[in-house]
Amino acid sequence: MAVLRPFDKLPTLNSGTLLLVGPDEALRQQLAETILQEKRDFNISIHLATSLPLPSERDHLRPRIDLIVFMIDIKSKYSLKKVECSLAHVDASFFLGKVCFLVTGVGKVNACSIEMNAVCKLGEAYCSPMLFCELELEDTRVATAQRLVRMLRICAGHIPGVSALSFVSLMRKSDDN
Amino acid sequence: MAEEAPEDGAVRTLPSLRRLSRALPFGRSHGRLGVSSSGRHIVPALCSQEKADPQKTAFLLRKAWTLYSVTPLYRFRRCRLRDYARLLGAFIAAEKQKGLAVEVGVELDIKVALSSLADLRGSELDQDALLVQHFTCLPLFLTHGPESYTSLVGSWFQKTFDCCFRRLAISPLNLSWMVAMWAGCKLDRAASAVELIFSVPCLAQPLDISYAIHPEDAKALWDTVQKTPGEITQEEVDVFMDCLYAHFHRHFKIHLSAAKLVKVSTAIASAHCDGIVKILHSQYLPGVLMLLTELAISQIQ
Repeated sequence: MAVLRPFDKLPTLNSGTLLLVGPDEALRQQLAETILQEKRDFNISIHLATSLPLPSERDHLRPRIDLIVFMIDIKSKYSLKKVECSLAHVDASFFLGKVCFLVTGVGKVNACSIEMNAVCKLGEAYCSPMLFCELELEDTRVATAQRLVRMLRICAGHIPGVSALSFVSLMRKSDDN
Repeated sequence: MAEEAPEDGAVRTLPSLRRLSRALPFGRSHGRLGVSSSGRHIVPALCSQEKADPQKTAFLLRKAWTLYSVTPLYRFRRCRLRDYARLLGAFIAAEKQKGLAVEVGVELDIKVALSSLADLRGSELDQDALLVQHFTCLPLFLTHGPESYTSLVGSWFQKTFDCCFRRLAISPLNLSWMVAMWAGCKLDRAASAVELIFSVPCLAQPLDISYAIHPEDAKALWDTVQKTPGEITQEEVDVFMDCLYAHFHRHFKIHLSAAKLVKVSTAIASAHCDGIVKILHSQYLPGVLMLLTELAISQIQ
C-alpha cells in the first residue's frame, strides 16, 4: 500500500511514532537526535525518510505512524518540491491534525530561496500547523523538539480529552465566518 | 550617491507609503515572514528610459557598487548640498589626522562633491518624498571604493542625519526575480550570456556551479512564460527558473534548486548576494536603480 493511512494498524502500548520527511539528511538526523534526548515517559520511535512513498517491503514491520513532520528548508526550493510531491502519498484523513510542516532555516532570511507566501498557502491548503524554526541554533532546536514531543503525545492519544483534531481548530483565523 | 526623489514644494509623501498600493516584489513582512498582504506579487516590468542623459550617468556603469539600505534622513535639505560636502570633507580630514583611517601616503586634502543627478528620477507616477516631519527618504546608498572611506562617509551620515546604514544583502529569491526581469529585456546589440552562479553547501570542498545561457534563448523562454507584457508575477518567475533547473537536471542530474544562487549576470546588470551590483547598460539604468531602491525600502521596514 503506497498511501500512508493513520488508522490501518493497531497502536503500540505507551509509545508514539514520528515520521520525519525531508530531503536534507543532516537536518533530519540532528532534529531526531534532539527529540530523543527529551525527557519523556513514553517510548518514541522516529522514522526518517527523504520523501514518500515509503518502501513497501518493510510495511509490515513499521508501526502505526502518529505524526508526520514535513521538513521544508527555506534555503532550498528542492525541499519544497519534494515535500509537495510526497503529500500525494498521504491519505486525506492524516490531515486532521496528524501532519505538521516544519520550516527550517528562518534565521537567515537573506538566504531564502522560496517565497514565504507559497509555504504558508501550503499549510492553509492542507489545514496543518506550520512551525518555523532555525535548527542550527541549539535553543530553538530544543524548543522545537519539545513542541513536537507534545504534539506527538496528543496525536498518539496519550492525553485524555485532547485529540489531534484540536490542532485543526487552532488553524482557523479569527476573521473566518 | 543616493537615488534621489524630486523636490518640488513643501508637501510630499514617503515613497514607501505610496507604494503600499502597488504590491512590491520583494516580500514585505506583515507579521509573518515576508508575506505581503496581497499575496500575489506584481511589479511593472523593467522599462527603459531614453530621456536619461548617458553622459552624466556614465560613471555609474560597469563599476561594482556595494549596496546599503538607509533609513530616512532627518532634516536633509537638497539646497544644502554644498555645505554638506564641506562638512563631510572636513570630517574625513579630521578622521584621517586622528589616524583612524590608516593609509600611508594619501594626501590630506579631500575634495567632496555632492551633486544630484536629476536624470535619475523615476517617472512622474512615483511620487516622491513627502517631508513628513522633516524626514527625507533616500533609501539606497551605493558605494565604490576603499572600505575606509565608505565607513567614514557612512558614519558621518549617521551622525549628521540620525539614520542607520545597513549592508543590503540580496536573497536568492530576489536574485531570481532580477535574472527573470533582466533576461527578458529587449536589447538592440549583441548581448552577453545570462549567467547564474550557484554555491553548493554542505560539502567538504566548496563547489561553485556556473550556468551560462545564450541570451536569446533566455529571452525566448521568458517570452513564452510572461503572460502580460509590462507585468511580472511570482508564478512566472518560478516557472522560468524551474525550466532552467529542469534543463540542467536533465543533462547533469544535479538539482540546482537545492543549491544556493549567489550571483546572476546578464547584459543589463549583474548582482551578487552580498549586495554588490554592476550596471552595464545605460538605457536600463533608472529601471535597475528603481528595483534596488524598492529592495532597500523593503529591508528597512
